[in-house]
Amino acid sequence: MAFTNEQLQRYSRHIILKEVGAKGQKKLLNAKVLIIGAGGLGAPAAMYLGAAGVGTIGIADADEVDLSNLQRQIIHSTPDVGKAKVQSAKETLNAMNPDVEVKTYRQFVAADNILELIRDYDFVLDATDNFPAKFLINDACVIAGKPFSHAGIIRFQGQLMTYVPGQGPCYRCVFKEPPPPEAVPTCKQAGVIGAMGGIIGSLQALEAVKYILGVGDLLTGSLLTFNALKMEFRKVRLPKWDGKCAVCGEHPSITAPVDYAQQACEGVNLGNNA
Amino acid sequence: MKLTVAGESKDFKDGLTVAELLVEQKVDTPQFVTVSVNDNFVDKENFDSTVLKEGDVVEFMFFMGGGA
Ligand SMILES: [Zn+2]
Repeated sequence: MAFTNEQLQRYSRHIILKEVGAKGQKKLLNAKVLIIGAGGLGAPAAMYLGAAGVGTIGIADADEVDLSNLQRQIIHSTPDVGKAKVQSAKETLNAMNPDVEVKTYRQFVAADNILELIRDYDFVLDATDNFPAKFLINDACVIAGKPFSHAGIIRFQGQLMTYVPGQGPCYRCVFKEPPPPEAVPTCKQAGVIGAMGGIIGSLQALEAVKYILGVGDLLTGSLLTFNALKMEFRKVRLPKWDGKCAVCGEHPSITAPVDYAQQACEGVNLGNNA
Repeated sequence: MKLTVAGESKDFKDGLTVAELLVEQKVDTPQFVTVSVNDNFVDKENFDSTVLKEGDVVEFMFFMGGGA
């Protein structure tokens, strides 16, 4: 497939990069990325992936746009309040870049739909707001051998890590099990600074793009943390894969996705970093 | 003894355990933190019995569940 003149112009700042070039831009146009959650993380991630010309972007989210989302979920605008988030996101991406095919899934991810959902995608972004979904996405991606980016944000903090099969620990290796729901404050109680989604969601988009291009180092085997109050990024080296994990270990006890009770927007245990 | 805790090198009393370090570092809800020493996970059951040594590199990994 040859580029149109419009595409040569649109992607000129990519094509000029030696790490991208015409070849890399084609890879992006042929790539399929699934974003689970069209909120604080998913909104900026979807916009940068769409602008970059990732050819197929799937967006899964069951919710509707609420006025309280607009402080950070910049893919949605004031007239979108009440609209399905996936629809609002699709309209924004369609207006931004006609090269992108947007597939929408207006549903919560669950044990009975996740494997089907991720199957056709090259890379998955966990842009959800709750631990049950984060563990579900991890387990499904491990089981399906699918690379994905995990991220979490709360208050003035964010963090992310990338899982690629065979290249370091998975999310469950590090965090084992969802914390009990009563142990954590809700999103409304905790809050989140709007630009945090922009920073961490954009980093997730970058991980997807780098994975597709096959350039640079991914956040496999490390957890990148960001503290906005101290304006400090820190790359925490994760422990070695020890083969003991319940899903990616040598003798896994979890061989199919499992549902946990839902509680949205959790933040726990920020310790003295909070 | 010197330990490197979350990237910072600091002095601690000899014989400090992981559980004591979590208290000293004022980590909230230590039952939910993941700890590694020299790139190995420390099981939560072993926080009390794991004694740190000069030069150990300790990392904490915290749950962060928000995203919407
Ligand atoms: Zn694992």
